[in-house]
This record gives sequence, structure tokens and C-alpha cells, in this order.
Amino acid sequence: MKFDLIIVGVGGQGTILASNVIGISAVKEGIPIKAAETHGMAQRGGSVENHVRIGCKYGPLIPKGSADALLGFEPAEAVKHSHFLSRDGVAIINTEKIIPLSTTSKGFKYPDIDYLISEFKRVFKNVITLNAAGLAREAGSIMTVNTVMLGVLTRYLPIKERIIVETITELVPKKLVEVNLRAFEAGRNVVAA
Amino acid sequence: MLERKYMLGNEAVAYGLVEGGVEKAYGYPGTPSSEIMEKLIKLSKQYKFYVEWSVNEKVALENGIGSSWGGKKVAVVMKHVGLNVAADPFMTLSYTGIKGGFVLVVADDPYSHSSQNEQDSRRYASFARIPCLDPSSPQEAKEMASYAFELSEKFKIPVMLRLTTRISHAKSDVKIEDKRSKNSLSKFEKNSSRWVVIPANTRQLVVKLNEKQDSIKEELERSPWNKLELSSSKIGVIASGVSYLYAKEAIDSLNLPVSLLKIGTYPPPRGLVSKLLTHTDKVLVVEELDPVLEEFSAMCAKETNPGVSILGKFTHHTPKSGEFCVDTVKKALSKILGKPFKEINVLSNVKKLLPPRPPVLCPGCPHRATFYAMRKVFGKEAIYPSDIGCYTLGIHMGTVDTCVCMGASITISSGLYKSGDDRDIVCSIGDSTFLHTGIPGLINAVYNKSNIVVVILDNGTTAMTGHQPHPGTGITAQGEKTYKVSFEQIVRGCGVNWVKTINPYDLTESIEIFKRAKKISGVRVIIAKGLCALLERKLSGRRKQFEVTDTCIGCKKCIEFGCPAIIWDGEKAVINEQCLGCGVCAQICPTNSIKIKG
Repeated sequence: MKFDLIIVGVGGQGTILASNVIGISAVKEGIPIKAAETHGMAQRGGSVENHVRIGCKYGPLIPKGSADALLGFEPAEAVKHSHFLSRDGVAIINTEKIIPLSTTSKGFKYPDIDYLISEFKRVFKNVITLNAAGLAREAGSIMTVNTVMLGVLTRYLPIKERIIVETITELVPKKLVEVNLRAFEAGRNVVAA
Repeated sequence: MLERKYMLGNEAVAYGLVEGGVEKAYGYPGTPSSEIMEKLIKLSKQYKFYVEWSVNEKVALENGIGSSWGGKKVAVVMKHVGLNVAADPFMTLSYTGIKGGFVLVVADDPYSHSSQNEQDSRRYASFARIPCLDPSSPQEAKEMASYAFELSEKFKIPVMLRLTTRISHAKSDVKIEDKRSKNSLSKFEKNSSRWVVIPANTRQLVVKLNEKQDSIKEELERSPWNKLELSSSKIGVIASGVSYLYAKEAIDSLNLPVSLLKIGTYPPPRGLVSKLLTHTDKVLVVEELDPVLEEFSAMCAKETNPGVSILGKFTHHTPKSGEFCVDTVKKALSKILGKPFKEINVLSNVKKLLPPRPPVLCPGCPHRATFYAMRKVFGKEAIYPSDIGCYTLGIHMGTVDTCVCMGASITISSGLYKSGDDRDIVCSIGDSTFLHTGIPGLINAVYNKSNIVVVILDNGTTAMTGHQPHPGTGITAQGEKTYKVSFEQIVRGCGVNWVKTINPYDLTESIEIFKRAKKISGVRVIIAKGLCALLERKLSGRRKQFEVTDTCIGCKKCIEFGCPAIIWDGEKAVINEQCLGCGVCAQICPTNSIKIKG
């Protein structure tokens, strides 16, 4: 069994926590795993790209065009890294944009979100869009966007939901467990079982 | 007891060093190596060993030499360019050799994800004539870290464990063991013929170093880290480090019956390479950075099978720079087989429309405020040399005109002044960087009568690499209280008379001090003291956020400040949830429209 997942977003959105939850859960299930993370300079509000390869005996980087799922924490970042996703793969995209400074200081324009998503859907069949930021705020904290996204992804992962929930509970600070579980549930309910 | 844990390659290395029996660890932070020391610090309590953040890599390595000669097992940890700083002791340590096992962990950064260059540390190992281990996965990195002590003590030579970003920052399930190698070595013993490299001694030591080489090669030839899988195919692949796994995946996915030689040790195993070369017509060498194996294979081919084609960087089958992936190998193999290779290219027209998203200074960062005041006073004309750290991101504010290596801000400034430029020269250097290699440049600037402004950006931590303490913080790596050096005293000790300390968040005061600096000449130092905003939030919690009120006239003055928490909605400025409440934008706003929320 093999499941390649690419998680993309903006430094500070909590993408590393999301890949940690999956990695630790895979180990609990006894499944081999390889992942690659963005650390250092790029983390400061730049594009981040985490590769998570469940059931992998090779290197940590996913070959282009072969990821089973793309978890896009930000719409432009999802498009930017779309070459990793297989045509049959599922894309889960948060529709709330994070506007880069290059739009205010260097005169770049952020394209219309609907246009980005419709172009994405022209290439990939299986695209789920959601306002994860909105759901995170409803759950009680904008910092839980990553848990909302994990909630959606759980529907597709070859890892038991119970294990994912258990790992989230272990990894987030105690006082934030409740809000994270609410966020997870909100994400999980985006896709009908 | 065996345990399987999900961890970073760097953490796996730390576990390996502990299993190998490390007693003293020295290092200086630098991406992608920093988490090795961070994990060692955590493990040091349980296993009772010493870990220190040293002031720089040369200091770390020399401390390591002392401890090794004192009979202790030593690990010294740094990023690739750190070894340039430590190159002086490094190049002679192979002559004297070691006593307690000496493992030098160096992390290379192909594609320069977080570095100023992509030099190949395998070259350094061969330059100093020491063995080098090149793991292909976090698990192997752990095993090699432990074995490196054994190899080091057997040949009384330092051993390099060379990592790359995709090993260091890879994560994987790693098997670890709760075990520790013992040490029965005696304390330092005086022996001037070994420890004093006067010419008469060093001439003997270099002979001994050369004599060791054959037995080291013999040992590595039999090492389990090298593995040859021979097939009947006339095509072979040689790969090292993480590239071995890329090659394996490419070969498996293309379903090719080629021979594959995995290299994990340097000097490379001549016997195995020759064996592959005699079985093949064409050999593809897959290695990131320098063509080390490619050159070695070409040399072996001359002796064993001059007819074999060695393919790689020299023949343009693989790129000369950057990092590799599975597709790199697929493409090279397709070229060899004469088959088409289709690059995956989706949504390319849409991608062209996306705005770039380079890393930027965080919301609330004190450096942004200092740069703003600096630029306000010294303007577009002044030259702004800078240094290595978060503040290099000041490039987006027009306050970073040069950056070369650690400590090169003050020195390049002095050189620019001596070049006869009459523009103002205002350089910036971080607190940790100043202590690392900035001080000699400042002494030199005063001694040789330079005319520059030096801004020490003191954010109370080594921020970019993950908030490591340094001598200016008064805390050691293992969390003990220690003497806290005063930047002002150091600067005065260097001979600077004009030293001012500012609070970056007080714009009026900062601008006033910069103005005063502009009016005078000589070496002037401004210490901008404000805790890293991320660290401050961690220590004291979130401050109250700011908001833009209705009186905003849309002048964009706050937008020009360049904080990621302030965005333009088309008519007026809006402050988003990223705001950390530093309040500098409120001081910039000419209509007083930015206020604390609620």
C-alpha cells in the first residue's frame, strides 16, 4: 500500500504539524513512512512544501505527477505545486487566500480565486474546495486551519481516523485540544461519508 | 530495547551519536544542521553528556579537539559553510589525529534552500584525507553516526558524517536502541611529537596520515554501506547519498534490469566500482553537488575498462547544480536508452499569473522597524552591506545591498569605504553573527580608521535557525545561567567611542539616533535591542492586535512599511490576524487611524 501526499501552504500555517500528525499515526499503524519538510529561511512567510509518503521505501520526495492527494492550505500555493498531483489524485484546497507582499510592494496581482479553482478543476477531476479558515474561526481559532484540513483528508487516508484523532490530541497543547477536535470534526463533515 | 519512532533525519543522527557514546558535543546553529544539536541537548539530560553552542564553528571544532585529546568521544556539528570557518583546525587535525572518537557532522544544502552556496563537503573530507560517510536515509544516518566513532578510534582520525537537506530534514520511522558505547580512554597525555605541529613534527605526521590511507580504504571497501546489485544488463548506475533512493525508485518504476551500485563511504570502494565498470558499457553516476564519484569512476575506468562510458554531469545527463529527485534519474536513464522523457507540466499558464511569495520578515519583527528608521534617515543613496540571518530578508526593504558569509558586513563596509566611495555606508549584523565573526572586523574598522555606521540587530537569540541561545543571552545550550556579555562593552572594547542603544519599536527615538549618527564620521555603532517577535510571543503571550479605523485616507504609508499583517483591500489598509501588536505602523500612520483593537 502506497499513498503519496503533498502538503503546500505558507510558512506559519502549521503544515509541519499536519505532516507530523500523519507521520506519527502511520508509525502507530506499523506503516513505513518518509517525509520531507521545509525548514529555515523559507519558513518565514514563504511557500512551503511538505512531502509525506505513506508506505514508502524510497526517498522522501514525491515524483512529479504521482501524488495521491494534495492538501492546499492556500489556493495560489495549490496551483503552484499542482505538478506533483496525479490526474486521478484528490485535491483539497482551502479557498481563503493569503496575499503575498509582492502584490503591495512589487505591483503583482493575485488572480481571482474562482478562476484559479476552475482552471484547477479543468485538469484534475477530484477537487474539494472549502473555506478552511472560516471553519477554523468557527471552531474557535484561526490557528486550527491545519486540523480542519486534516479532517477532510482523513476521508482519503489509509490510516484509521481514530489514530489520527488520538495523535492530534497528543500533539497539540492541552488547552487547545478541544478547539482542535472541533476543527477536525468540521473538516471531516465537509465530505459526506 | 528497540523502538520505532517518527523523527527528523537530524534527530536520528543525534540518537546515533548517543548510541556511539558521544560525551562532548559542540556546534553552531545553521540550516539544515541545527536540530541535531537541539536533539542532543534534549538527550543530554537522560544520558548525562555535555553539549554546548559554541561561538562559531572554528571555536566548536577546536573545543572538540581538546576534548578528544583529553580522551572523550566528541561530536562537532555544523552546516557546510561552517566548515569554511573551521577549516583551519580541520585541515591539521587529520595530521595530529585524535584520541577519543571524533565525529564531524556536516550538513550540505543542495539547491541552497537556506544557504549562501552549495559547496560539497565530500571535497573537504578528501582535502583533509579523512573518511566520509554519506547516508541515503535517516535510518542509515543514525547507524553511520554510531559507527563513525568506531571508525574514528580505529584509525585515530576524525570521521565526517556528511548529510544533505533531504536527509537532515527528511522524516521517517527510525529504529532506535537504548544503548551507549563505553569509553575506557585515559586523560590527556603530553606528547609533543603528536600534539605540537612545529615543522619538524608535522613533516612526520603527514607521512603517518598518508600511510593510514590504504588501511582506511581496505576497511571501507568491505563496509556494509556500499552495495553492488549486478544484473546482466550492460547499463549500470552508481549513486550516493539520498540520490541512491531516487535512482532505485526510478529504476523500479521504469522496470529496468540495470546494475546498481550504492556508495556510502569515501574514499569510494575502488574494487566495487571496478567490478561494475567491467560488467557494463555505460554507467550513469547519480550524485548531487560535485562530480566526486564521476571523477573517481573515470579514473577507475582507465585501469579496468577504458571502453566504458561514464555518464553524469560532464556529459549533461544530470544537472551540475541544484538538488535531484526521481525525475532527474528517470530523465537521464531515458536519454541513455534513447527513449522520450515527458516533463510533467500542468497549469503552466495559470502559474505564470501567480504573485511571487518570497520569505519575508515576520509581523512584529524588530528588524523591520530598525530598517525602516535606517532607510528613512539614510535614504536610497546610502550603501547597506548586511550579513547572514533573518535580517537578510531586509532585502525587500532596500536595506540589504550585500551579503556573502557570516561576519562579512562590517568588513565589506570598510572595504567599500576604502574603495573611495563617498556615500554613507550603513551595515547591519545580527547579535549571534556579531559574536560569531563580526568582532575582528569591527576591531579592524577602528584600527584602520574606517568611516561606517554599524547596526547590531540584537534580537536576543539566534532566530533564523530556531532560537538558539548565544553568549549575549546569558543562558547556555543546556539551560544553565551564565555570564551575559554586553554588546556595548564589547563594542567599546574594540575602540568605538560612539555607541548608542535604541528600542526599535520607538520610531521617533530610532530616527533621532540615526540622524545623529549621520552627522558625524568615524566608526559609529547603534545597537537595536528588541526581542525576536516570535520568541516574545512564545515567552509572554500575544500582545493586543491593532486595527485600521474609518479615518484611514488610503495614503499607503503603512503598506510601504511592508508588514505581512497589513494588506491593501483596494481602497484602504486592513490589518489581518497575523498582527503581533508591535505598534510601529500606528506610529507611521499620518492620520492616527491605526489603533489597538477593541
